[in-house]
Amino acid sequence: MQTHQAKRVEITIESVMESRLTKALVDAGVTGFTILPVLGGSGRSGQWSREGQVSRAGGMVAVVCIIRPERLDGLLDAAFGVVERHIGVVCVTDCEVLRAERF
Amino acid sequence: MDGMLALAADNLLSPIILFFALGLLAAFARSDLSIPEAIAKGMSIYLLFAIGFKGGAAVAANGIDATLILSLVAGVVLSFAIPMVAFALLRVMTGLSVTDAAAVAGHYGSISIVTFVAASSVVTASGLDSEGYMVAVAAVMEAPAILSALWLIARFDKGASDMEAGLMREILLNGSIVLLVGSFLIGWITGTEGLDLIAPFIVTPFQGVLCLFLLDMGLVAGRGLREAKGVLKPGLFLFGVIMPVVGSCFGLAVGLLLGLSTGGVVLFMVLSASASYIAVPAAMRVALPEANPSIYLTLSLGVTFPFNLTLGIPLYVAVATALTGG
Repeated sequence: MQTHQAKRVEITIESVMESRLTKALVDAGVTGFTILPVLGGSGRSGQWSREGQVSRAGGMVAVVCIIRPERLDGLLDAAFGVVERHIGVVCVTDCEVLRAERF
Repeated sequence: MDGMLALAADNLLSPIILFFALGLLAAFARSDLSIPEAIAKGMSIYLLFAIGFKGGAAVAANGIDATLILSLVAGVVLSFAIPMVAFALLRVMTGLSVTDAAAVAGHYGSISIVTFVAASSVVTASGLDSEGYMVAVAAVMEAPAILSALWLIARFDKGASDMEAGLMREILLNGSIVLLVGSFLIGWITGTEGLDLIAPFIVTPFQGVLCLFLLDMGLVAGRGLREAKGVLKPGLFLFGVIMPVVGSCFGLAVGLLLGLSTGGVVLFMVLSASASYIAVPAAMRVALPEANPSIYLTLSLGVTFPFNLTLGIPLYVAVATALTGG
């Protein structure tokens, strides 16, 4: 089966920033992404769990995009503008996809 | 004094407080008891809908007067002003940075709708009358404090940024405010007849749902306290207990000046004494990401909310009753 090189960008960010991030991605020409709920975790700001949150203020989401390698810089610039001051992680990994025309 | 103690004892032994205490204890004991997220959200929607509708129906039954407008204006002014007082106290009592102090101060100018719902329940159970439009006062007090917090940052911290475009729209149109105000207006339009139609749904089960919701709030507050115990220094803890009493004095003064009923004065005190843990934290995460969320969430949810629920509300009822002769 023919596969194609792509980049998988996973951005874990506070729930309250989700709509701002996805808007920035769409404005940067990223047409596809997936948003996943995050159950909990631990980091520089301490341990947290989705179970103990009374509002969206404390929750996190993961936004996953798979794009062509040449579009990576544009995506990262757009994402950085949103996540720069906020709690979160931006992670880029190599991946392979079927049907390259979809990315 | 005996009356105040009896009221405090009655309040502490009421089902809603005992369920809250159960939640706290379960969280401290690391029990796996939990309320599913969707059910907790459903209960909060039910409570906002019920309290808004009943408030609107009460206004329809009693009519409106100039005091309603004055109460709304006073609520907005208090929400702007209380963060200034809180900020000054925080700078004196704690070693918080300007950013953290302003973020915490913003929470204390806004309100806790759950404390308001619990206080309304206590007021009704005590046989006191209150103005139905206090629900609308609660709604207008949600947002101005956020502007005060941002102004404090701009005034005392030169490196601070301005409010992001679109944030105020998000704050004013957050789901809680839309549902509360919307239910209030529908209750007002449909009046007592409308209330009679849905009373079996929003009156009779109300206390039971409130108990279950406060069980969840106890679990959340207990987990928050357990996870953030390193944050809670003595000065901060003291602030979390003193500030609601200070805030309630402003509410008391305004309630008396406006000539509100005893229950209305109590609710104004509660609104001024409570601290937000839903709308303001979300706004602060967007506008002031540098502020430490574990400080303001632990203070508002882990200290001030339990204080108001257990000791504050009976104190406010006793003071308002004594001063209004209610």
